[in-house]
Amino acid sequence: MSEEMVLSVFRGDQTGGREEEFHVPLETGMVVLDALHYIQAEHAPDLAVRWNCKAAHCGSCSAEINGRPKLLCKTRLDQYVGQVVHVRPMHAFPLIKDLVTDVSSNYRAAKQIPAFSPRTPAPFTMYQRDVDRVQEFHQCIECFLCQDTCHVLRNHNARDRYFGPRMMAKIAEWEMHPMDTQDRREFLKDVAGLPMCNVTRCCVEVCPEHIVITDNAIIPLKERVADLYWDPIRAIFRRFQRSSTSSQPSSTITS
Amino acid sequence: MSENKPSASLSAVNLDTIETHEYDVVVVGAGGAGLRAAIAASEGTARVAVISKSLLGKAHTVMAEGGVAASLGNVDSDDSWDTHFYDTMKSGHFINQYRTAEIFAKEVPDRVLELETWGAVFDRTPAGKIMQRPFGAHSFRRLAHIGDRTGKELIRTLQYKVIHQNVDIFQEVTTTRLLTDEAGRIAGLFGYYREDGHFVVFRAKAIVLATGGFGKAYKVTSNSWESTGDGAALAFRIGAELMDIEMVQFHPTGMVWPPGVRGLLVTEGVRGEGGLLYNSKHERFMLRYDPVQQELSSRDVVARSIFKENQAERGTPHGGAWLDISHLPANVVKAKLPGMYEQFLSLADVDITREAFEVAPTTHYVMGGIRVDPETEATNVPGLYAAGEVACGLHGANRLGGNSLGDILVFGRRAGMAALAYAQSVDYPTLIPAQIEEEVRRVLAPFSRPDGERPYHMMSELQEIMTTYAGIVRSGESLAAGLEHLELLRLRAERMAVHGSRAYNPGWHTVFDVESLILLGEAVIRGALARKESRGAQWRTDYPEELPEMGKVNFVQTWADGHVVVREEPVEPMPEHLAKLFESDQAPGVVRQAARKANQGGGS
Repeated sequence: MSEEMVLSVFRGDQTGGREEEFHVPLETGMVVLDALHYIQAEHAPDLAVRWNCKAAHCGSCSAEINGRPKLLCKTRLDQYVGQVVHVRPMHAFPLIKDLVTDVSSNYRAAKQIPAFSPRTPAPFTMYQRDVDRVQEFHQCIECFLCQDTCHVLRNHNARDRYFGPRMMAKIAEWEMHPMDTQDRREFLKDVAGLPMCNVTRCCVEVCPEHIVITDNAIIPLKERVADLYWDPIRAIFRRFQRSSTSSQPSSTITS
Repeated sequence: MSENKPSASLSAVNLDTIETHEYDVVVVGAGGAGLRAAIAASEGTARVAVISKSLLGKAHTVMAEGGVAASLGNVDSDDSWDTHFYDTMKSGHFINQYRTAEIFAKEVPDRVLELETWGAVFDRTPAGKIMQRPFGAHSFRRLAHIGDRTGKELIRTLQYKVIHQNVDIFQEVTTTRLLTDEAGRIAGLFGYYREDGHFVVFRAKAIVLATGGFGKAYKVTSNSWESTGDGAALAFRIGAELMDIEMVQFHPTGMVWPPGVRGLLVTEGVRGEGGLLYNSKHERFMLRYDPVQQELSSRDVVARSIFKENQAERGTPHGGAWLDISHLPANVVKAKLPGMYEQFLSLADVDITREAFEVAPTTHYVMGGIRVDPETEATNVPGLYAAGEVACGLHGANRLGGNSLGDILVFGRRAGMAALAYAQSVDYPTLIPAQIEEEVRRVLAPFSRPDGERPYHMMSELQEIMTTYAGIVRSGESLAAGLEHLELLRLRAERMAVHGSRAYNPGWHTVFDVESLILLGEAVIRGALARKESRGAQWRTDYPEELPEMGKVNFVQTWADGHVVVREEPVEPMPEHLAKLFESDQAPGVVRQAARKANQGGGS
């Protein structure tokens, strides 16, 4: 195969930038990341792109290919024959350089989530049918493509008010763990910004691990929060309870 | 676009303004070993930092697939630490450090359960316990796993544990030099932030190296870009000893086709779950090479068998063997090997539930590494510790599948504890400014020679040399030729050039990767030349036999006046109670199992 592909790759930083065109010979089975490595080796050694495993396990090489949030290592180039392939950094995160963005907000959010705290130390007796639903969330590779596509984060720049789909899946993973004892409902409502999600399911569409984040994580979490805050009978019950637990501050949130 | 910010010129660097931090313990590397070390070191009030050249959670650990080996006995109740110890020593061809293997086999079950306490969710047995799967050369079903994504589970669990500990994490910082004080003790390290290239110095009482291996020295590899041997090279340059560095594992099953994915790992779990290997004549050739363990023989044996089938022209179209799991129900394959199913479907257009697929050996792991004390993971440099793939001792001449995930947990923890104890016993060391000045000059030099060699090209030439002359099959002749080529490459690499600014510049980052790999490549070749025999992963056509006298030595290497020096050290002999385990051809648990079954049979 001697076909040549044209890649139009964003080059730039916070001060500005533009797409630059590169010509790359197409090889069988080539992915977009292979093409970028070719460009680095032959044309632009300082082209910044984050990647680690090149096997879709690590979630480092997230970017936008022809406007779609994708993993560079998992996106075959041959599907774009006859088109120019536009490669741009994730839009929802501050740009560092070229295709590399500042994703540190995710790590700051992660640190605030009240950690898993089991009833007893392991070994646990848990059955496969009980862990199936949390194991789905364990598939996450933290590529943050769901964060990139989430319109709350992408269009409303609300990273400080909504933790985003990735973190909702993480919280669901601990909330639904059969041995967990934490109650993260207040945290979900007041800190993690769960109510801001209006279930458009965009995150589900881009997840390379096919995690059904909205249906299996976010909606059940919303139901838990609703049970606590908007169930009228529980609300009355909670009023009594709160008087006895009000001395418990937000210390469960690790700073 | 802003160029040259911060400036690439030396004159702009003022040593007094270099960002400096102070910590009791600094861990270099954020894979499983590094994170476990940091968790251990931060149990008290000590100041602990983790430095990672990638983002948190992206380290090579994430790529481990099949599982973590621990004699929990959840599936096979006859399993026990002594059987795991026996399997580990035997597969390592007895040049492992017995004490390391003993500690490992005894402690790894607790480390796995601890992960469960921290939130890891392993696949379950029908009785609700952690499920364990069979793997090559393990006497029992022993690998705790979550599908074929066990490494991800492990690193994610440790990652979320560590961010809730009192640990500062510096992401995307490259370490280029370890600093020592006047007495030769660890004093800290020098590095730079990849984001903008600004320098940073850590003054530290103790440093734990957990930087992984150097599989990137080879062209066909299962390793991520990070496996460039940074830690081993950094330590070697300041006087730490390397051991058994010639022992590089070639995993029998890597992807072969298409070219872009060549080398990508195909988990041993495929064979663990029942996958069979065939040659082009549809013969199950492993029945010839190892009639007892067959497809689940040890990795060195299976890799060599595939290689030999190709030499005999019974290979597949792209030089490998066929691996077939399609005799299992499709839903079982998808449940137990979801990553493999997805990987082949999306990258190779192959549905592994319906057809066989090509596999061939791929560089996977380095058994050799920094020589450490089995109890504390201390190196010969005071204040310097090493754990995980960067260290040496557990695996001998061949690593068992599932033993590296256990390794990083057991010895990551021990290294963290020992580094903390050491840090609490000493004052802050005094840095030597001349070392920092020298390093600033060195790391900036590639910017001042625009016409020099391209780092990416140096990298591919190095990989070509190591693959051709010091790969899965070696001889005195090939190794000597490799050494010559490597020396020429080293001279050219002294003139590597970098273009652009210091801001997130992969060309610049590659310079340091190439330097580390050339140094370690030489160590591999010199070790392989010294070991005049075939043992485990080392296969020499001019010395095809395993020689008893060579089983009594480890090759230790030091760096003196710019030269690699190799010497022999006797393998520490096992005490009598452990040596006794090997009097039988069968593992202790297998003997017990047979006796138990005989008793039951007699009683009925």
